[in-house]
Amino acid sequence: MSAISCTDLCKYYQQGDAVIKGLDHVSLEIDQGSFICLSGPSGSGKTTLLNAIGGLDSLDSGEISIDGERIDLMGKAALADLRLHHIGFVFQAYNLIPVLSAQENVEFVMQVQGVGTAERKKRSFKILQEVGLEGMENRRPAQLSGGQQQRVAVARAIVSQPKLVLADEPTANLDSRSMEKLMTHFRELNRTHKVTFLIATHDVRVMEWADRRISMEDGRVIRDELQQAV
Amino acid sequence: MALPIRAMSRLSWRNLWRNYRRTLIMLLAIAIGVWAMIFMTALLRGMVDDMIKQGIGALPGHVQIHAAAYRDDPSVSHGMPAPAVALLAVLESRQVEAWTSRVKVPAMISSEYENRGILLLGVDPDGEMALGFDTTDVIEGRFLHDSNDRGIVIGRKLMQRLETRLGKRVVVMSQDPDNAIADRGFRVVGVFRAELESREESIVYAGRDVVQTMLGIGTEVSEIAVLGHDYNTPEALTSSIRSAVASDREVLSWLELDPYLATMMKVMDGFVLVWMVVIFLALSFGLVNTLMMAVFERVREIGLMRALGMRPSAIVYQILVESLLLLALGLLVGNLLAIGTIILLKDGIDISGVSQGMEMMGASSMLYPVLQWPDLVLANTVVVVLGLLTSLLPAWRAAQYRPVEALGRT
Repeated sequence: MSAISCTDLCKYYQQGDAVIKGLDHVSLEIDQGSFICLSGPSGSGKTTLLNAIGGLDSLDSGEISIDGERIDLMGKAALADLRLHHIGFVFQAYNLIPVLSAQENVEFVMQVQGVGTAERKKRSFKILQEVGLEGMENRRPAQLSGGQQQRVAVARAIVSQPKLVLADEPTANLDSRSMEKLMTHFRELNRTHKVTFLIATHDVRVMEWADRRISMEDGRVIRDELQQAV
Repeated sequence: MALPIRAMSRLSWRNLWRNYRRTLIMLLAIAIGVWAMIFMTALLRGMVDDMIKQGIGALPGHVQIHAAAYRDDPSVSHGMPAPAVALLAVLESRQVEAWTSRVKVPAMISSEYENRGILLLGVDPDGEMALGFDTTDVIEGRFLHDSNDRGIVIGRKLMQRLETRLGKRVVVMSQDPDNAIADRGFRVVGVFRAELESREESIVYAGRDVVQTMLGIGTEVSEIAVLGHDYNTPEALTSSIRSAVASDREVLSWLELDPYLATMMKVMDGFVLVWMVVIFLALSFGLVNTLMMAVFERVREIGLMRALGMRPSAIVYQILVESLLLLALGLLVGNLLAIGTIILLKDGIDISGVSQGMEMMGASSMLYPVLQWPDLVLANTVVVVLGLLTSLLPAWRAAQYRPVEALGRT
């Protein structure tokens, strides 16, 4: 995948008599290998934009292309395949499968992809080590803290080596040390494997890690600037 | 894309036990339903099987030969000669397990106190035993020695009605071909019991040659009864015999002699299927409810799986696997319960409290469950097929959730 192209995206929600603008004529170009933070207050459209790019939500108008392919025209099965093979998600609420262990949650996407057992176990074990969860592979989500669950979700998102990671408040429940460790890992993936990161966050510390910062308000992009990452 | 079957099964299995109380209740319902399907069918089969065997035993035989007018008027006037060469060739062939000829006429039996209308059977005892008469049914005295035996064997109930007993004399009276009274005194040499009390009251056995002499009919007989190897398929035997007798003989299989029994047998298979489907329909409401609740409680998780790249068809597949596991467990327990119950009750269930009602239907007062493997296969197939069909609705519902909406649910 070489680029993400968003052209005049619009998404509206009806709330009683009022129409809420989730996305209001948003246009963006994102190069492969970018490390971008989306910032803005709650309700500014960050999550809506992430969901639209990830094919999780439909648009009222506009076009989204990933690697030259119009995803707004794809059917459910094609979008599922796109998400499976090319996109990693980190959700605001960790969203782990409660009956699977930490390792099984991390392996889930690889199983659906058809990765072999030995390779799967090797990668999942390694990634859990890297996010600081060594020894907790067999614990179920209910036996993990909020921060630990978030790290499992992050591990799941990146273990299958996607080309694009969409992260919604990935550091919300992490302490500073864990946050730094996670962001370091993200940057490592970004630099070595050219993984594109689009991270929605309120956390100023996280914003400092980005090469580019897009600020949103009321569904519109109000600022889009490059910056020097830490 | 979908999870590999092993991972899918593991996920489905664990999902089943998230709400173990609900799962156990549903399992119990399925198990009881399956038990009812199999066990009640076995009881029905046993009852019908008993009725058929009783009926065939009462006839007796799978095929009978009479003079054309005999069944309309079963008197001594409508007898027939002993079997000719052509017929004997069929009767001695491999198609036939046993055969016998009888004189069978209406008569009156009198003791010193009472008299009763009966059916007088002049028999060859060896032939009768070959056709199924069980000498252990003779509870007092003995059965006839041979067709020249001058004794008479009566039923227990008839003995009570006549207020007579073993060793006493009775008089049997009928009509000869000239419509003159034909009568003879017999000594009661044996008393028999039967599953059906009506048989004890109405049938008496005497030696065939003795009865032929009493009636003055020479070697004529009223009936030739033939036993084949399988009561389910008497057609071939009937056809062989028909081609070997004169055109003024009536050759009928037990299906034609007792159309009630024949109908019972024919409708049994259809009835069993309807019975099983009705039981399952009652179960299906619970199954749909259980799966709908399971899906409703996991909306967010289903949205997550869609978001991670599982296709809608894979979601349907996962819910169906969960349903299949539940059904399989229920089937296992239900089958074991049913087979165990049938084994425990292999000596029969005594329902003599309603024996008169059972007798009206031609069944005995002991019910033996009969497990036939096609019924076992049918019950399991009905549960699996209808169970999966029933599960399609909740599975389809699960696949329709839009990922972003599902993820937003709490």
